[in-house]
Amino acid sequence: MSLFMTVRIAIRALRRNALGTALTALGMIIGVAAVIVMVAIGTGARTAIEQQIRSVGSNIVMVNAGAGGFGPVRQGQGAVTTLTPEDAGAIRGQLEGIRYASPALNTRSQIVAETTNWNTQVQGTSDELVELRSWPVQFGSFFSAADVRAAAKVVVLGSVARDQLFGAGADPTGASVRIHNQPFRVVGVLTSKGQAAFGQDQDDTAFIPFTTMQKRLLGVRHVSGIILSAEDDVPLDRMASEVTALLRQRHQLADAEVDDFMVRTQTEMTSMLTSTTDTMTYLLAGIAAVSLIVGGIGIMNIMLVSVTERTREIGLRLAVGARDVDVLAQFLVEAIVLSLAGGALGILLGGGTAYAVSALMHWPTAVTASSVGMSAGVAAATGVFFGLYPARKAAALHPIEALRYE
Amino acid sequence: MTGASPLISVRELTKTYDLGETQVKALRGVDLVVLPAEFVALTGPSGSGKSTFMHLLGCLDRPTGGDYTLAGVDVARLDRRPLARVRNTQIGFVFQGFNLLPRTTALENVELPLLYAGRVGARERRERAAEALEAVGLADRRSHHPNQLSGGQQQRVAIARALVNRPRLLLADEPTGNLDTRTSIEVMGIFQRLNEAQGLTIVLVTHETDIAEYGTRIVAFRDGRVRSDLPVRRRRAAIAEIERLAGEADAAA
Ligand SMILES: Nc1ncnc2c1ncn2[C@@H]1O[C@H](COP(=O)(O)OP(=O)(O)O)[C@@H](O)[C@H]1O
Ligand SMILES: [Mg+2]
Repeated sequence: MSLFMTVRIAIRALRRNALGTALTALGMIIGVAAVIVMVAIGTGARTAIEQQIRSVGSNIVMVNAGAGGFGPVRQGQGAVTTLTPEDAGAIRGQLEGIRYASPALNTRSQIVAETTNWNTQVQGTSDELVELRSWPVQFGSFFSAADVRAAAKVVVLGSVARDQLFGAGADPTGASVRIHNQPFRVVGVLTSKGQAAFGQDQDDTAFIPFTTMQKRLLGVRHVSGIILSAEDDVPLDRMASEVTALLRQRHQLADAEVDDFMVRTQTEMTSMLTSTTDTMTYLLAGIAAVSLIVGGIGIMNIMLVSVTERTREIGLRLAVGARDVDVLAQFLVEAIVLSLAGGALGILLGGGTAYAVSALMHWPTAVTASSVGMSAGVAAATGVFFGLYPARKAAALHPIEALRYE
Repeated sequence: MTGASPLISVRELTKTYDLGETQVKALRGVDLVVLPAEFVALTGPSGSGKSTFMHLLGCLDRPTGGDYTLAGVDVARLDRRPLARVRNTQIGFVFQGFNLLPRTTALENVELPLLYAGRVGARERRERAAEALEAVGLADRRSHHPNQLSGGQQQRVAIARALVNRPRLLLADEPTGNLDTRTSIEVMGIFQRLNEAQGLTIVLVTHETDIAEYGTRIVAFRDGRVRSDLPVRRRRAAIAEIERLAGEADAAA
């Protein structure tokens, strides 16, 4: 019998028991949809994180005081006090291919304006940060190298901090705010980077010279990190090992001693952060895949029922000359049609759900061709796998016994 | 009757159903030779092995022992696959219970054997099925479903299905068992016409003597053996009887 006829007969048989078919396919639909949505959310999260890391700047190597943590931006002040601004100067002075080297030191602080106040992340950096992160100002200018040298009490606000303190879109340059009870002059406002997908809002921040932070706010001599940017053609791995060697020497670490700092390249940070979301994606997709198997068992069940219900039909087909393979093909194709139809609907449902999640919850999602292809493939494979047993059962029937079946 | 080579040649055919504890010897050694264009009626009491024998003739089941040669082929020893081919191309089978596919049109029911006949295109399939339906007088019922047809009409659809792949041998197990007298005669009329006009070989099971007399030869079974095998001396003619019945009905009206 031709494949076309086999498919036609299968579709017809399925339509005859439309409700049962729909309920059976539901398992498949939900399974496939779940896979699509989970992978879409996972992929979206990964893309968002990659974007966020890219927004930190290009060709970045981060040095962090202590032996752990993500980076200077998150670290705050640690217990380790060996990393200093002089280390940053030495790196710039002694290593080839360094474009920028900015010390970093952070604290959370209440910023008090005339009528309002706002708690935000205050970051101490050098004047190079504005170049390093290619982050232009909306009003005024970033603080200068002279401000850094003088430990001047100047502040550059992120757009969210500005909105909160001075009203949305306002230009507060020249205004005065208090940080740690000391007066600071607002010299600039940065352009908005936009709502970050995960993690903290990049615009909810304020920058002051790291020297000011050291002397006037915290009273320390160390910094919590150094952000380096290498020239475009410099391999980051090599830069990282050179920085490590230099700092070990400067910190006078013996061979047996472990680093009292941590060097990470942008590439490493990306994979570190995305590996979490990747693990999550695999986990969720795995759970979703289990529902695919449940869907498959549903298909096997309805196919077994179908074979039993249609025993006489099978007997008749055998009696008029159907071969075993004809009967096998008929039921196998039926199972595959069922699972593929379920898979197709599941892809639509999953795509729609992913879209809704994006639109309603502002989560980034990405329905990828590979997840769609994989789902379709898995659906077909499920049909074959779970349809094979019932189909073989049908094909092995004895014509007369099947015809006699009540 | 000498000269023509037999279509069916059965020797010492036995069939034992193994039911675990007991064994039912349904056939205890049947010998039978049927020549082309014969119309054999099998009779015998219930349980005498007629259906069992028909299933063996129809290659729907395998004998326990003995030989069965159909058109020169030793079909008793064929595998499942070639056996399916023999069923498809050589044999048409009509069942007592019609065995039509429900919710499927008469035409599609008749097409069924052609689906498994190899290279028969959709158009040819439809044409041949329509032809077969016409041959049993149901040209105008092709798109009816079985539940929209009378018993006689359903049995005629089943006959059309048995004929559609132009078999050499038509087997019918009590085809009139579920039909009233008049419809039975009509069905026998179709069989007689096929037998006489086309030389189709027919083996038919019936427990009614009148039905048996439409054939050319009556083989009686008892306890799984052939008890008697006699030619029909005064063969009944179904078509003439139908005309007479129609005439009587007209006169009564
Ligand atoms: N599938 C079967 N399993 C066991 N016994 C059977 C089976 N089919 C028929 N028989 C037995 O074989 C004998 C012959 O049955 P059957 O050929 O149907 O007779 P008939 O058609 O002449 O009435 C009966 O005793 C019947 O009970
Ligand atoms: Mg019987």
